[in-house]
Amino acid sequence: MVTPRIIVVGASAGGLSVLEKIISSIDVLPIPLVIVQHISPDSGDSVLRLLKKYSSIPFTEPIDKEGLEENHIYLAPPDYHVMIEHDKSFSLYLGPKENFCRPAIDLLFETAAEVYKDGVLGIILTGANRDGLRGCQKIKLFHGTVIAQNPEEAQVPVMPKAVVSEGLADHVLNIDEICIMINSVLKGVIDG
Amino acid sequence: MTEEEENLINEDLEVELVLEALLKKSDFDYRNYSRSHIKRRLNHRLAIEGYSKYSELIPQIIYNKTLLGKLLSDLSINVTEMFRDPSFFKELKKRVFPYIETYPFVRIWHAGCSSGQEVYSMAILLKEYGLYEKSQLYATDFNNDILEAAKNAIYPVDYIKKYTANYQQAGGENSFSDYYLAGYDSASITPTLKKNILFSFHNLVTDGIFGEMHIIMCRNVLIYFDKELQAKVLKLFAESLVPGGFLCLGSKESIRYSGVENMFDVVSTDEKIFRKRVL
Repeated sequence: MVTPRIIVVGASAGGLSVLEKIISSIDVLPIPLVIVQHISPDSGDSVLRLLKKYSSIPFTEPIDKEGLEENHIYLAPPDYHVMIEHDKSFSLYLGPKENFCRPAIDLLFETAAEVYKDGVLGIILTGANRDGLRGCQKIKLFHGTVIAQNPEEAQVPVMPKAVVSEGLADHVLNIDEICIMINSVLKGVIDG
Repeated sequence: MTEEEENLINEDLEVELVLEALLKKSDFDYRNYSRSHIKRRLNHRLAIEGYSKYSELIPQIIYNKTLLGKLLSDLSINVTEMFRDPSFFKELKKRVFPYIETYPFVRIWHAGCSSGQEVYSMAILLKEYGLYEKSQLYATDFNNDILEAAKNAIYPVDYIKKYTANYQQAGGENSFSDYYLAGYDSASITPTLKKNILFSFHNLVTDGIFGEMHIIMCRNVLIYFDKELQAKVLKLFAESLVPGGFLCLGSKESIRYSGVENMFDVVSTDEKIFRKRVL
């Protein structure tokens, strides 16, 4: 695996409890981590407030044109797509829902791949639709790395299964193994 | 350079040429719009038309009026609703209205007013606060079709439920049904709200300063622009406000990355309300 320069995570139905595990397992974060969790447009900052409790790392919803920073976790806000521009800044987007979702995982993953090339580590977690599939295709096109949650373990297997059955997942792991892998990868970043 | 990286550079070149062609054929200048937004919208059109390259759009832009029209409508995104982000309107009433109440008259500019929902929300709020009669509202957009829709103010009746809920959450004091006349499948905004609103064409990309405003509302418009154009438009807003005037942006927008930050004080961090400093 190429040493990643960004981690992007996509989660849908059943995602909160696995995101809690991942976030609480990370102590040092030498690269940016960006999460899309499908949420209802009216949910305000409830998911942010919930997940923040599991980390001491700065954790916010990105603002339009804000630059991506290391040691920072970003969560896509309700009712906005989140994309990454070439200068490594966020672009918030009110375009149509994709895969019935806004925020949609595909938009984050695809633009991350175009900007960070082979330095993307994409993680696709539990969920009931196929959002993230095209995003993972793009990540693989640019030779990045894709981890899918083991569909057998996922609360809702459809989303990771779509990625696995298209042969896009470099690793298919249970959530505990995902946490171990993330941390060993991050250690690799720090050790250079 | 890998093949994919080279493709990406070529794609960017194609997009640039498409935007040049659009400008020359339509007078709509999208060159300084957020590139990732533009690509997303163009991808949508490519998928529908069955094209695989952006450059295939260029001959269509030049020779095919129908497709040109479709492309322009793809690029014009109008996401708006009455009292969108109710908490913003609550904050506006609490933090801004007490100041403007003391003014002899109030000028408010809705820049990029789209189909008008926000300017009518403002009109309702002003009315309930007893400020409407001394207010002049200017609602501008660069799309004449959408301006026409804003003037007509006829909205699908299906939206009214959402608008009513927003109005209540925003702290509306009456019944929302006081402000529209319901038809079979549409609802039209009552004419009394339109009296002090002037709709006019204004293009933020090319046009200049717009009056001496007390409040500028421009919510979820700047996110469509790139950094450079955002900075230019924010400077235009700063120059169009009276000292002590208020600037209201969308909840995920900021003056932080634009160079005008030191011209403003923050009134509300969460609701993105700023006040021009009195120098």
